[in-house]
Amino acid sequence: MGELSRFWRESNHRYRMIAIKCGNCNEVYFPPRDVCPKCHRESIGKMQETQLSGKGEIVSYTIVHDAPPAFMRQRPYVLALIKLDEGPTITGQIVDADHGALEIGKRVRNVFRKVREDGKSGIIQYGYKFVLEE
Amino acid sequence: MSGIVSYGSYIPKYRIKPDEIARVWGEDPESIRNGIYILSKSVPSPDEDVATISVEAARNAMMRGNIPPRDIGSIYVGSESHPYAVKPTATIVASAIGANFNMFAADYEFACKAGTAAMQNVKAMVDSGMIKSGMAIGADTSQGAPGDALEYSASAGGTAMIIGKEKVIAEINDTLSVTSDTPDFWRREGQPYPTHGERFTGEPAYFKHTIGAAKKLMERVSTTPKDYKYAVFHQPNGKFPTRAAKQLGFSDDQFKDGLLTPQIGNTYSAAMMTGLSAILDIAEAGDRILAVSFGSGAGSDAFDLTVTDQIDTMDRKAAPTIRELLSKVIWVDYAIYAKFKKKIVTGDNIE
Repeated sequence: MGELSRFWRESNHRYRMIAIKCGNCNEVYFPPRDVCPKCHRESIGKMQETQLSGKGEIVSYTIVHDAPPAFMRQRPYVLALIKLDEGPTITGQIVDADHGALEIGKRVRNVFRKVREDGKSGIIQYGYKFVLEE
Repeated sequence: MSGIVSYGSYIPKYRIKPDEIARVWGEDPESIRNGIYILSKSVPSPDEDVATISVEAARNAMMRGNIPPRDIGSIYVGSESHPYAVKPTATIVASAIGANFNMFAADYEFACKAGTAAMQNVKAMVDSGMIKSGMAIGADTSQGAPGDALEYSASAGGTAMIIGKEKVIAEINDTLSVTSDTPDFWRREGQPYPTHGERFTGEPAYFKHTIGAAKKLMERVSTTPKDYKYAVFHQPNGKFPTRAAKQLGFSDDQFKDGLLTPQIGNTYSAAMMTGLSAILDIAEAGDRILAVSFGSGAGSDAFDLTVTDQIDTMDRKAAPTIRELLSKVIWVDYAIYAKFKKKIVTGDNIE
């Protein structure tokens, strides 16, 4: 059940890319943090939710051929480091892409996709993935 | 008057041709193509389902109409392929678009007309003053058993319509439904694939209800086919809606823009709504539209709409148009299709 409650607790940022902005230094954190690692106690009580645009660019990427069971139907799949327009760099899957069209620096936008299923009877976890902007 | 305030659609990028399906099952591709007039159908990726398709369509509708989530008073999702048997898709959509906690939500089921039934209910809620505006979604990742005739048509897609009273781009002048207990197509609880009454699906089911609802509505609002710029019908294949349109007296020019099945297959609950979406992409102020859905089991919902001046102020390109969605395609063969649709029995090393 630990996985279930974590999934539920994180749905705001996984579903809608809600980040946290430090009210002290204006740094944006995604996934959200409770305390700013730069401002420490100065940030307490000043961390505010902020909506990300879901857009950014590819910093680097890799094509995964040795896939875990949950991703076997998508093999080979693309994982990328994406620098979001608001600042944070995150890891995300790029879907529906011709692998030959992938390039560092290319623009991406987020889409809502199924991330994993907890077996045949468990919860279905949804979240953000990315597609190339066309 | 209440009507459509905004609209948005989503069609998965993957496509398969009937020739490829016919090749695997040893059927004649020419006779399949001619028989059902489907040239390709959309295929959902393994990480897409009705929830993801509904969310993408909902986001496109909100983006196109620049509608904040707090304005959405209800979300109803019509589908026959909801990812959960118990846990509404509407809850996932509401969370993903950031809708209010204080909101009406439910999933609807009436074969291929569940989405248009949702449109009628949202309109009724708006008209009664229960909500300011609400969202009706029709989405499906429909199922066709391997080797069955349905496998050539059952596809995936979704459309969201936001209905309200302010900034209406297409007024819903009137709507009605016809309903009967007709066993043309069904799926029993726990069964992975539906069963159809073969030729029984035509005259006593699709044509009786679709044509019946269209005629009754035109009679009620005192119109004839000549009064409409566009007509769109449920489209289980390319042939049925063409025949229904012609029987009613509509010309090719009136129904060709809303006929998408030849390119994307039958998107079930999304079929008529996505055709309407394609029409709204190009419609001009004053254009009148007749839209009729059909759901097996069976029934039809008919809508008489008039496009308003408000459509000129809407940035329709703020979200992908149907033409754009049709142009973004990745072709797959039957093996990839079977893998994506989980039609292959796998071992424990694959989820």
